[in-house]
Amino acid sequence: MRPIATTRAATGIATGKLAVWWVLASEVVIFGGLLASYVMFRLGHPEWADAAALTNTKIGAFNTLVLLTSSLTAVLAHQAAERGNGRLAARYLYMTIGGAATFIGVKTYEWWYEISHGYTITSNGFWAFYYSAAGLHAFHVIAGAVIMAVVARDAARNLELHRVELIGIYWHFVDIVWIFLFPLLYIAK
Amino acid sequence: MAEPAVAVMAHHEEEDHAHHGPEGWLKYLWSTDHKVIAMQYMFTGMFMALIGGFMAYVFRMQLAFPGINVPGFGMVSPGEYNALVTNHGTLMIFWVAMPVLLAAFGNYLIPLMVGADDMVFPKINRLSFQIFFLSTIVILASLVVEGGGFAGAWTAYPPLSANETYNLTPLGSTLWVVGVGLEFVAFLLGGINFITTLMNSRAPGMRAFDVPIVVWMIVVASILFMLSVGPLLAGAIMLIFDQTLGTGFFDPATGGDPILWQHLFWFFGHPEVYVVLLPAIGVVAEIITTFARKKLFGYRIVIFTIVATGVLSFFVWAHHQFIAGIDPRMANIFTVTTLLISVPIAEMCFVYIATLYGGSIRLTTPMLWALAFIAEFLIGGVTGIFLGAAGADIYFHDTYFVLAHFHYTFFPIAIIGTFAAFSYWFPKMFGKMMDERLGKWHFWLTIIPFNFIFIPLFVLGMGGQHRRIYNYAHFPELAIPWFQNMRIVATVSLLVMLAAQLIFFYNCYKSWRRGQKAPRNPWRANSLEWTTESPPPHGNWRPDELPVVYRGPYEYSVPDRDDDYWPQSEPDGRGAR
Repeated sequence: MRPIATTRAATGIATGKLAVWWVLASEVVIFGGLLASYVMFRLGHPEWADAAALTNTKIGAFNTLVLLTSSLTAVLAHQAAERGNGRLAARYLYMTIGGAATFIGVKTYEWWYEISHGYTITSNGFWAFYYSAAGLHAFHVIAGAVIMAVVARDAARNLELHRVELIGIYWHFVDIVWIFLFPLLYIAK
Repeated sequence: MAEPAVAVMAHHEEEDHAHHGPEGWLKYLWSTDHKVIAMQYMFTGMFMALIGGFMAYVFRMQLAFPGINVPGFGMVSPGEYNALVTNHGTLMIFWVAMPVLLAAFGNYLIPLMVGADDMVFPKINRLSFQIFFLSTIVILASLVVEGGGFAGAWTAYPPLSANETYNLTPLGSTLWVVGVGLEFVAFLLGGINFITTLMNSRAPGMRAFDVPIVVWMIVVASILFMLSVGPLLAGAIMLIFDQTLGTGFFDPATGGDPILWQHLFWFFGHPEVYVVLLPAIGVVAEIITTFARKKLFGYRIVIFTIVATGVLSFFVWAHHQFIAGIDPRMANIFTVTTLLISVPIAEMCFVYIATLYGGSIRLTTPMLWALAFIAEFLIGGVTGIFLGAAGADIYFHDTYFVLAHFHYTFFPIAIIGTFAAFSYWFPKMFGKMMDERLGKWHFWLTIIPFNFIFIPLFVLGMGGQHRRIYNYAHFPELAIPWFQNMRIVATVSLLVMLAAQLIFFYNCYKSWRRGQKAPRNPWRANSLEWTTESPPPHGNWRPDELPVVYRGPYEYSVPDRDDDYWPQSEPDGRGAR
């Protein structure tokens, strides 16, 4: 049973949505700290460009496309949930999870290829940041997909439909983090 | 450590409404009631305070009487000494000040003071405590694993912390970082709950400027924590990778930059000072208005001041690094911001003194603690000016002056602030009045020795005594007999202060067992928590009796009223807002 406190909305914003935005605020500074450290390091180490040149921009671009598309299906899921169509919302959420699975699959191949060619997390500073930042992001992708599966299971039975929007907000954030990571780790040679 | 909480709450629960879910003591382990979670945080924090206090006892004995066989511990080796000072700092800040001031009182007070029946996310609240409890186990385990506890100071500067061949504690240092990281996650979850509860779940009629100062302070502190801890959380992951995988983030031997860790640590570390200061200063506001029977001087100014302090606290961190090789021009900028931040804090002290002026002051135990907070924190704040100025800091850096300064800030915050809050809300939390006579003995026997511990250390610091020395007899030019006598004074005072805490525990036990039963509003105070039973039932109020708010929390001694207080929820005939 939910406490009365949860049902109040003195700000006019639903409590769940408010909390998700605060979660994102705390996530922004986690990734912000990591990426700011990377940028400061990179400015002091122009030779890292040689290592960055070895990353596969085409695969990175493909994964960017996959994530952007999965954000689109998350929006379509929200739209369906707003109309009260839980089954359709769940179907779109499963498509988003499919996008997440594709992203992780491609990433696994990419890392396997790089590690088997001798570029590991201890090779130099660039690779340390490359694996840490992308790894932290991948962890968020996996966590988001797991939560989304729970939300989708409920949504298919028309339960807790407001959560479809909440997981969507989180998913867009995961997407936006990648929009920063892709140029920083792949494009900037 | 959960035992006392269980015992105390078991006593309450007999009168409470029926619970659903597991029966017996499991009920308290799995409870989502914010009051039970607050007790869990409080008793865990107090247990950790005992461990941290014991560590202080051991290393102060070694400093005063080098090579002594410390009763209860034995001989202190140099490595153990370093591990003891490191973990004393770590425990007192992350496992005492944070859980007690922020988590325990935040959890207890926020729903009660905003007139809600619980936190907005009770299960996330429980998860927050469970992660915190796990972090407690990890940090305690780090002390006893093979190789001993981490011994690289609570700031964990690399390269010492980054490489086991330097620190010789392969397990201890990794567990230390993991424990601290888990603790951060727990407080992030708790903070989201605090912020959302204040924003969304206020009682009908309660506007932003009707919220008691302590709730504002705890929530602003939670926001500061949330916005500052992220980079250090990322840094903790990087440090764990350095330790376990051998990556090159911080260790120069593998191409890393140790100064980067210092920036990440202090970008969090300085706002952290305000994260723990604000709840304590908020507690003091509640107590002095109640016992001066006067309206808080400049309520809105105080709130604007905390927000300004919070913003400014993100731009002062490099004053910890004046001798770390940062650009002297940067040092100038950080000197200016550091001196600037003393303005809002000084202003808050003036606001409190102005509140006292002309009040009808009652020197109860909580009031004594609150007044002591202002007096002692003032000394901590003023000595901070010396250290904030780069020129003076270069001389004082790493001397006992620094140590005495931050104990004059953290002791008032974590110990005086906690005792103030605990004795003020004890009647509400446990339904019994505390013994005033024992309370006052405890107060004086804590405050006087406290000053005798740290004033000698200021003198030592001004004499240039370095703070990270295991045995001064090894350094003939530092081993001056007069300074050694100062160290003995400090250690003996510490023993007196630690012994005085027995009075506190006896008082708690005696008051809880045989104390006078507390009425709903023993202090005749205004805020909402005093309108419900002591202790409050599950759900805080009956669902149909949840309070409605008509005015701010500090309407004391209003002219033309018979009572000298005016509860926030008392209708004034003009109807709801």
